[in-house]
Amino acid sequence: MNYPADLKYSENDEWIRIEGNTGTIGITDFAQDQLSDVVFVEIIVEPDEDLNQGDACATVESVKAAADVYLPVGGTITELNEDLLDTPELVNSDPYGEAWMVKIELSDPGVADALLSADAYQKHCEERLV
Amino acid sequence: MSNDLKRTELYQWHVDNGGRMVPFAGWEMPVQYPTGPVKEHEITRQAAGLFDIDHMGQISVRGPEAEQFVNWIVTYDVSKMNLYDAHYALFCYADGGVIDDLFVYRLPDPENADRHYFFLAINAANRSKDVAWVTAHAKEFDVSVKDISDETYMIAFQGPNAPEIMDRLTTVDLTQMARFSAVQDLILDDVPILLGRTGYTGEDGFELFFPAEHAVEVWKAILEEGKEEGVAPIGLAARDSLRFEPCMPLYGHELSPTISPVEARLTFAVSFDKDFIGRDALLKQKLEKPGRVLVGFELVERGLAREEYPVLHHGEEIGVVTTGMYSPTTSGYLGMALVPREFSKIGTDIEIQIRNKPVKAKIVKRPFYVPAYRR
Repeated sequence: MNYPADLKYSENDEWIRIEGNTGTIGITDFAQDQLSDVVFVEIIVEPDEDLNQGDACATVESVKAAADVYLPVGGTITELNEDLLDTPELVNSDPYGEAWMVKIELSDPGVADALLSADAYQKHCEERLV
Repeated sequence: MSNDLKRTELYQWHVDNGGRMVPFAGWEMPVQYPTGPVKEHEITRQAAGLFDIDHMGQISVRGPEAEQFVNWIVTYDVSKMNLYDAHYALFCYADGGVIDDLFVYRLPDPENADRHYFFLAINAANRSKDVAWVTAHAKEFDVSVKDISDETYMIAFQGPNAPEIMDRLTTVDLTQMARFSAVQDLILDDVPILLGRTGYTGEDGFELFFPAEHAVEVWKAILEEGKEEGVAPIGLAARDSLRFEPCMPLYGHELSPTISPVEARLTFAVSFDKDFIGRDALLKQKLEKPGRVLVGFELVERGLAREEYPVLHHGEEIGVVTTGMYSPTTSGYLGMALVPREFSKIGTDIEIQIRNKPVKAKIVKRPFYVPAYRR
């Protein structure tokens, strides 16, 4: 399982890459592995929408389960990854790269500091596998 | 995981080979292997897949009145079956509701050369219910009913390459073996096996029954024999999508005590020209035409329908999804649903309520995938 050190994580298995004031959001390697083959992605937010931390931004459906994706930070949506609509399997093959879901302009960049580090998130995942 | 769950002889093999074990019908079974359900589905359609389905049950019915008795408790007329035939059938209540669906085999009785006996392959979740039902009705007939599930192992070997691979393992010639027939043979020198040219995937292939103590040996031998042809173990998730595409019903979804075989469009397995429990109710339903029927649908707008989602027509709830999923073979987002008959015509516009949002869909032809043996 892969837990890139340069990302921040939520307990709900989202990752965020912070660059300046912009955050790129997706679901983690652990999440895609638990879901197994992803066959459908729906992004349920629009560019320019102002949203709060914890708001749902996407739904990911695998062969057997559906999972909501929540924003780990609040802010204004700037971009959606529409490639996922036709190629949902990217969530399995490249969860931290091509399968990013939304980009957001953070309303409060300081909020990201409270998210989990890679080490803390890895521990959180391993606890759930026991 | 709960200690109440039963494990098959292959449990440790599944764990050692990355099987993801989940509770299913009281058993701990592999839902998938590291290959993943979509690829496992494709392997079965294109090469062949091996399925541990030992959670399923088996009942033997022997005795001078075995045929009359089985004919009384199942919907299909087993008097039409020749020796070594296998046929799909149902157990119904008197009101036509379904107790279970099953495969019936007519076989020579090893204890009496002049007689045939019946071998019934039933669903795991319904085993105790089925055994109780069959046993209760057996009292009025000269038969002996035995639950032989524990000593009988069951695996399925399905896919276009399965017949050729299996033929290399058997002494009997399988190349001329008809669909829905069975043979008895010895494989691996001394393992007595019953092979039915049956299955629940829409592919050619077999269901195998043999003494449980040989489970690991038989399983490994088939995988080894089929290695070059790409044979792989297949989990429950792919088993479900494989039966879904040819629109084969799954008990608890398309069949239940409140869904009849007429509504589920399974009258090919119901012989109205003989008497059986549930006949009158089913005949009445057939003649009057059922109020609701099982249909296939395809989502027209983006979405994935799942079981129990409401079916709408112009915003008004008219039915319910029984199974919905992504179909790997057609790349479609498809489903089966129970709807009033007036909405069952192919091309009818409906909506599926997905997380409070109506998503456009239309009724399409069933099956979504025509079984290989019917082409």
